[in-house]
Amino acid sequence: MTGAAVLDDLGKVVDDRVRPAGDEDAIEGVRPSYCATPSSTEETAELLRVAAQHSLHVVARGAGTKQHWGKPPLRVDLVVDLTGVAGVVEHAAGDLITIVRAGTAVTDLQATLAENDQQLALDARFAAATVGGTVATNTSGPRRVLYGTLRDLLIGITFVRADGVVAKAGGRVVKNVAGYDFAKLLTGSYGTLGVITEVALRCHPLPRTRRVASIEVPDGEVAADLARRVLCSQIVPSAVEVTQPATGPASVGVLLEGVEAGVGARAEVARELLGVTSQIGDLPGSFDSYPFGPGDVGLKISTTLSGVGPVLKSARGVGDRHGVPVSVGGSAAGVLYAGMPADSDPAVVERVLAELRAIAGAYDGTVVVLTAPAATRRALDMWGPIRGLDLMRRLKDQLDPEHRLSPGRFVGGI
Amino acid sequence: MDIQQLAARLRSEIGEANVLTDRAQLRTYECDGLAVHKVMPAIVTLPATTEHVQAVVRACVETNVPYVARGSGTGLSGGALPHADGVLIVTSKLRSILELDADNERAVLQPGVVNLDITRAAAPYGYYFAPDPSSQQICSIGGNVAENSGGAHCLKYGFTTNHVTGVQLVSPTGELVPLGGKAPDPPGYDLLGAFVGSEGTLGIATEVTVRLMRAPESVRTLLAAFASTDDAGAAVSSIIGAGVIPAAIEMMDALAIEAAEAAVQCNYPQGAGAVLIVELDGPASEVEAQFEQVEQHCAAARAAEIRIAADDAERALFWKGRKSAFAAVGRISPDYIVQDGVIPRTALPQVLRRMGELAAKHGIRVANVFHAGDGNLHPLVLFDDAVTGEAERAEELSGAILDLCIEYGGSITGEHGVGMDKAKHMPRMYTDDDLDTMQLLRCAFDPDHLSNPGKIFPTPRLCGEVPGRHKGAHPLQEQGLAEVF
Repeated sequence: MTGAAVLDDLGKVVDDRVRPAGDEDAIEGVRPSYCATPSSTEETAELLRVAAQHSLHVVARGAGTKQHWGKPPLRVDLVVDLTGVAGVVEHAAGDLITIVRAGTAVTDLQATLAENDQQLALDARFAAATVGGTVATNTSGPRRVLYGTLRDLLIGITFVRADGVVAKAGGRVVKNVAGYDFAKLLTGSYGTLGVITEVALRCHPLPRTRRVASIEVPDGEVAADLARRVLCSQIVPSAVEVTQPATGPASVGVLLEGVEAGVGARAEVARELLGVTSQIGDLPGSFDSYPFGPGDVGLKISTTLSGVGPVLKSARGVGDRHGVPVSVGGSAAGVLYAGMPADSDPAVVERVLAELRAIAGAYDGTVVVLTAPAATRRALDMWGPIRGLDLMRRLKDQLDPEHRLSPGRFVGGI
Repeated sequence: MDIQQLAARLRSEIGEANVLTDRAQLRTYECDGLAVHKVMPAIVTLPATTEHVQAVVRACVETNVPYVARGSGTGLSGGALPHADGVLIVTSKLRSILELDADNERAVLQPGVVNLDITRAAAPYGYYFAPDPSSQQICSIGGNVAENSGGAHCLKYGFTTNHVTGVQLVSPTGELVPLGGKAPDPPGYDLLGAFVGSEGTLGIATEVTVRLMRAPESVRTLLAAFASTDDAGAAVSSIIGAGVIPAAIEMMDALAIEAAEAAVQCNYPQGAGAVLIVELDGPASEVEAQFEQVEQHCAAARAAEIRIAADDAERALFWKGRKSAFAAVGRISPDYIVQDGVIPRTALPQVLRRMGELAAKHGIRVANVFHAGDGNLHPLVLFDDAVTGEAERAEELSGAILDLCIEYGGSITGEHGVGMDKAKHMPRMYTDDDLDTMQLLRCAFDPDHLSNPGKIFPTPRLCGEVPGRHKGAHPLQEQGLAEVF
């Protein structure tokens, strides 16, 4: 079968919304042959059936903001661009739920929900990111302290299997225990189990008022102690962020949300807990950005609450020892992000990673390399050790026996 | 190997006292909380350690004998209904709280630990375990994990799945597998998220790590009486519409109130067509401001009476009527079916009206108790088994109520699980492709269909060729129990 014939078959599904792939479609140097833009779940399913007939390896793409996350695919023939499967299908404000197509930008969804004073209680750190891409990579931010993450917000999912079969799980009501929770399996699966086309999400009321109490302190350990004090209080913060730049003082930021009368009183308690030099002010930078930029090395570190201080201390120490600036910021609830500059020596990054994995591991945690320059990636075990890997492989074999969906991107070479 | 040989092997591996085969003793375990279904298991095991659980599962795998896990047996969907030719694995000897780690807001538990005992152990540190099914005084955390149990307070705090951060499980192929742990966001597929709520079909949890929540500074509860469920529903809508998410909003209709009154003398306002219990919790300043709003919304929805709990004792009395409602209908009806359906909350008035019409058509009374905040209905279908045909009509009505829930975009179960009771309803909610896909997960975990077979899915799916397994036809296929997809 020639390339022209494959293109022809894909064109029968999406007309002129298929084209030979260009340089801009390459994923970390791996170049696909075709790029198709379906407009619905049904078209996506038909495309995947054609892909199955031609044994094409498929990568789903939203806005492409995190295509450099995870490992590069071993091979890709067809990129399915989901930005055509877009739009908010429904916002049932009285039921506190929304149904939205995968290609919708998260910011567009938020704007629609805000018309009825509601929100998706998830921090979006990539302005253009789509809902589907956000689910597939399971990104979250500071407000996880109060609202949790996508696994707590996603109540239903529609996706297309590798063989082109459309499957749904969950539904449109928040409370529902009928059947296996595939929405959770697809969350953070990096496109390796299916192509997400539509999701149902739980909404929350927009808070009337927000206030941030923050303080600058000498180092990360002090910051972690203060943050713990706030977390264990009864003021119910929406976020407790700790920030430790590569050099200089660290800081703690506490976000409080609610009604005016309540937030004022709670912010005062937060100030008492943080100390006399604390201030009421605006959201600090760490609330909407990671401590790494495009091209940098970006890590995600998880730990128990009591590991936050030791991880921060270790990050500063290991950076100083190896002469590489390590910036850390994240939630005192146990999810931190760390960044190192793009031009860091891969061998040094590897040593820093090993030390951070050792300290996080001592607190039941893990370190994942979210992104890194190509040369650094090759030197690293990006995912680290994984609990339950054998069962994960068996699941992949069941859903995608030919390993044609985003092959090699995920844990254990899945 | 026949069952006697298997029993002998189990006795030698986990101890004489931990294996039961005497019919009189087996009878204790023939049903769970859904007593209408009864099956006597061939063997009951009472493992005292994780190794025991693993030994039992391995013995079952090697002899191709199905097994079913059981916690306290309070489930209401027949999820722990035994298999007649199988082994029942009861977790009642696995009752230790292995670790109470208040510093990290976690507890590590054996599966037989009783739900309420977690909160009792955490309370001295100022913490509690949020999921609170009505059976929390006896139900076990292992059962909560299997069923993804909810409770009255899940409107604000979520279900079991939102509060479990790790499990150690014995997989249906006999391996001991850790998933997650104390830290958040373990990398890889969220198998933990799929395991919670899988009703014992993906393995048996031998350790559960749960999140502990800081006890709220303030809790305030009111009870409001209304002339009708429509008025009470309007109050709920305006509370949610104002952006208030209470910890709980519970509703009971006139018949449910009558039953509760007869059973526990909770002293609810007389003659009410519906009562609402609304509970707010959180920082005192926040709760004060929102509580006033809730009172105003109830008054605006023409509440005939609003009572505010003055202390914990009065709050407990408000809740007593609600939490005893299921058992209480026994006072007004010889027999009843507890239904568990979910609808979008805003459809409540239409669904209640149509349910009333259905009840009248069937000549059967329905008492309604529900988690009004999230649309989780518990219609109690009342009947007398002694009257010819009534049980059948009640069963028919009960099924029709589920159809109604699906018609309005809801679910056939909000917290009780599918079990064996509702497996037949699954195709009304999901397509064949949906169910087929779900079973691929099962095939990944349990290729031989030994772990709690016959639950959740109306038709078992064969798991395809795995090298070195299955010579000839699959046993389920031979027995005519399964078809090849």
